[in-house]
Amino acid sequence: MSGTSWGRYPRPAQQHLLMLRDRAAPLPPFSGSALPHGNGRSYGDSCLNDGGTLLCTRGLDRFIAFDPASGVLRCEAGVLLADILDLAVGQGWFLPVTPGTKYVTVGGAIANDVHGKNHHVAGCFSEHVNGFELLRSDGSRRWCSKTENADWFAATVAGLGLTGVITWAELRLQRVRGPWLGCETHRFDNLDEFFALSAASERDYEYTVAWIDCAARGAALGRGHFIRANHAAASDGPRPGRRRLGVPLTPPLSLINGLSLRAFNTLYFHRQRGRVSHALSHYEPYFYPLDAIADWNRIYGPRGFLQYQCVLPPAQAQAGLEELLRRIAASGSGSFLAVLKVFGTRPSAGILSFPRPGATLALDFPNNGQATFALLDALDEVVAGAGGAVYPAKDARLAGERFRQYFPAWNTLEPYLDPRFSSGFWRRVTE
Amino acid sequence: MRRILIIGATSAIAEATAREFAARGDALCLVGRDAGRLAAIAQDLGVRGAVRTATATLDVTDFAAHAGVIDLAERELGGLDTLLVAHGTLTDQAEAEASVDTLRREFDINAISVMALLTPVANRFAKQGFGSIAVISSVAGDRGRMSNYVYGSAKAAVSAFLSGLRQRLQKSGVNVLTIKPGFVDTPMTKDFPKGALWAKPEDVAKGIVKAIDKGRSVVYLPWFWSLIMLVIRNVPEFVFKRVKL
Ligand SMILES: Cc1cc2nc3c(=O)[nH]c(=O)nc-3n(C[C@H](O)[C@H](O)[C@H](O)COP(=O)(O)OP(=O)(O)OC[C@H]3O[C@@H](n4cnc5c(N)ncnc54)[C@H](O)[C@@H]3O)c2cc1C
Ligand SMILES: NC(=O)c1ccc[n+]([C@@H]2O[C@H](COP(=O)([O-])OP(=O)(O)OC[C@H]3O[C@@H](n4cnc5c(N)ncnc54)[C@H](OP(=O)(O)O)[C@@H]3O)[C@@H](O)[C@H]2O)c1
Repeated sequence: MSGTSWGRYPRPAQQHLLMLRDRAAPLPPFSGSALPHGNGRSYGDSCLNDGGTLLCTRGLDRFIAFDPASGVLRCEAGVLLADILDLAVGQGWFLPVTPGTKYVTVGGAIANDVHGKNHHVAGCFSEHVNGFELLRSDGSRRWCSKTENADWFAATVAGLGLTGVITWAELRLQRVRGPWLGCETHRFDNLDEFFALSAASERDYEYTVAWIDCAARGAALGRGHFIRANHAAASDGPRPGRRRLGVPLTPPLSLINGLSLRAFNTLYFHRQRGRVSHALSHYEPYFYPLDAIADWNRIYGPRGFLQYQCVLPPAQAQAGLEELLRRIAASGSGSFLAVLKVFGTRPSAGILSFPRPGATLALDFPNNGQATFALLDALDEVVAGAGGAVYPAKDARLAGERFRQYFPAWNTLEPYLDPRFSSGFWRRVTE
Repeated sequence: MRRILIIGATSAIAEATAREFAARGDALCLVGRDAGRLAAIAQDLGVRGAVRTATATLDVTDFAAHAGVIDLAERELGGLDTLLVAHGTLTDQAEAEASVDTLRREFDINAISVMALLTPVANRFAKQGFGSIAVISSVAGDRGRMSNYVYGSAKAAVSAFLSGLRQRLQKSGVNVLTIKPGFVDTPMTKDFPKGALWAKPEDVAKGIVKAIDKGRSVVYLPWFWSLIMLVIRNVPEFVFKRVKL
C-alpha cells in the first residue's frame, strides 16, 4: 500500500494510511480529513489527500454472493476487476464495462463512474450497479440504488470518494461465450475517416476505439488505427503468457522524449501493412495491453507524468480534435499513443460523471514542468471553448475555474459531501 | 477434496491460504474470535468454490472450549483431514519484560493453546491413520533476539513440539508441517516500515498449500529465509550476544 497515484505526480508529502478490512466495522478514528483510496489507478490527486488520511479499501476484498444463472455479483468495494474476471469468465460472465486496466477496485470504478470501449452501447459502470452501501464518517449506512436513496446514488457515482466509503456493491455482469474477442483493425489517414468508421461501427460492434498518432503533422494529422470488436464464441486458442513483465526501478530520467515518441508512433502506424486486419484476441491483451507490464508508469522517471483526457461535444468534435492535435504535435510532447473514442448518448448517472455525447481523447505527457503545464492549459482553452470537459480521474493540474465550467452542476454535490472527507483534487478545484 | 479446520481463520495469512483451498473445491471450517468477520470470509470462500464452509467462534485461551470446536468441525465437514493453526499475537516485548502476566498470557496464546489444540487433533489423526497438520510458527523461533524473545521463545516451543510430534506420527501416516514465515505484510505488522524483505500474504499462502500438498516437514516462506536463518542460527553465542537484533 503506497498511497500514491498512477501518474506519480503530485507526490503527497504526508498521508496517514489506514487499512479497512471489515465491511461491518465502523470507520477507524482519524483526525483531520479522510479520503477512500482504492488501488491508486487514478492518475493525479483525486485519490490523494495530502496532509490527511487515506482509508485504504483493498482489504475489503471479499466476494459476498455470485449467481452464475443471472450474473448478479455482490462483493466488497476493494475487490479488483481482475478478481471478478478470474472468478466469472470461466463461468461465462464478463465485466459489463471495463476501463483500460483491470487493476481497479469496484469502489474506484463507481467513484469515477468509469467507462470503456463499449460506452456507446453499455454506458458507464454505474449503469450495471444495482446498488451499494455507503458508510459515512458519522457512522450512518445507506443502501443507494436508482430507486432507493437515488439522490445519494447520483452523488456517490462519480462522487470522487467525497460522499463516504462504499463498503460493498451489487453488480450485473454480462454473458459471454468465452474469453475471446473477434477484432478488426482499420488504418485511417485522417479524422474524417475516423468519424466515418466510428459511425459505421456503432450499431454492429460492441467495442470501438482508435489509437491515434499524435506526433503526426500536416497531411498525416489525425492518422491512426480504428479497432472494433465483439465477444466471440468459445473457441480454443493459446492463452496469453501468465508472466507479467515489470519495470523494477524508476530510471533517473524519463525514457520518454520527443525522439523516442515520434519513432514509436511512426512504427506503430505502419506496423499493419494492409488497411484492414482481422484477429481473434484473448480479452487480456485486447482490453489491458498495458497491464502486461507491471509498473509501466515508472518509465516516465521520478518526475512522473500527466494524463489528459477530454471530451468534445459532437458538433465541435472534429474541429476541436484537429486543433488539439495541432497544438500537441507542435509541442513535440505527448504520448506514445493517444486514445480516441466516440461516446454514446446514454445519460450518465452521476452528478460529476465525465462521459457525455461527443469524442473523447486521452494521452500521456511526461512531466516536463512548466512547458507541460502551459501546454495542458492551452488544451483546456480548446476544450472549454468547445463546451467540453476534462476527466477528473486523470487530472492533476486543472484550474478550479475550468473544473467548475466543465461540471456546472458541481455544487449540487455540496449537501452530500461527507463533512470529514476531502481530497487534494477537491481542495484544488473548489477552494 | 480436503476437509480443513483452520484456527485463527481471520488472520490475513490464514484467509489467503483458505482462498487457495476454496478455489480447488475443498471444505473448510473457520474458527476465530469474531463471528461477523468469519461469516464474511465464509461467504467469500463459498463464492470462490469451497464445497462447504462452517464457522465457529473461539478464543484460543478458552481451553475448555477446544474439544467442542474440533467436534463441531468434524461433524460439519463430515470428517477432518487437515488442520491449519494460524492464530497468534505479536508480543509487545517491553510489556512482557515488565509484566509476568503479559508474559504468561502471550505464552498461552502463542504456545500453550497451540499445543493444547494439537494434542487431541493429533490423537484423532493418528487413530484414523491419515491427516495433515500445519502450524504457523515463525523464523523468530529459530533464535531468541533481544527485540522479541518472548514471542520468539513461544514460537520456539511450538517448533520443538512440532518436531517431536512429527517423529511420533511418522508411522501413522500423518504429516506435520512447521511453517516459518519471515516478514509478512499483515495487520500484525501494520506499524512496521516495509522493505524489500517483506512478503505478501498471498505469496506465503501459495507456499503453505504447496508444502501441505507435498507433505513437507519444515518450510521457510519465502524460501530465502532458510538462508538468512542458517546464518543467524550459526553465529557463535559470544558474538551474537554483542549484536543488537
Ligand atoms: C492504464 C489505465 C487505463 C485506464 N483506463 C480507463 C478507461 O478506459 N476509462 C476510465 O473511465 N478510466 C480509466 N482509467 C482510470 C481508472 O479506471 C480510474 O481512475 C479508477 O477510478 C481507478 O480505480 P482505483 O480502484 O484505483 O481507485 P483510486 O484511484 O484509488 O480512487 C479513485 C477514486 O475513487 C474513490 N474511491 C475508491 N474506493 C472507494 C470506495 N470504496 N468508496 C468511495 N470512494 C472510493 C477515491 O476516493 C478516488 O476519488 C485508467 C487508469 C489506468 C492506470
Ligand atoms: N506477519 C508476520 O510477519 C508473521 C511472521 C511470522 C509468523 N507469523 C505468524 O503468522 C500467523 C498469522 O498471523 P498474521 O500475520 O496473519 O496476522 P493477523 O492477521 O494479525 O492474524 C492473527 C490472528 O490471530 C488471532 N488471534 C489472536 N489472539 C487470539 C485469541 N486469543 N484467540 C483466537 N484467535 C486469536 C487473531 O484473531 P482476531 O482477528 O480476532 O484478532 C487473528 O486472526 C501468526 O501465528 C503469526 O505469529 C506472522
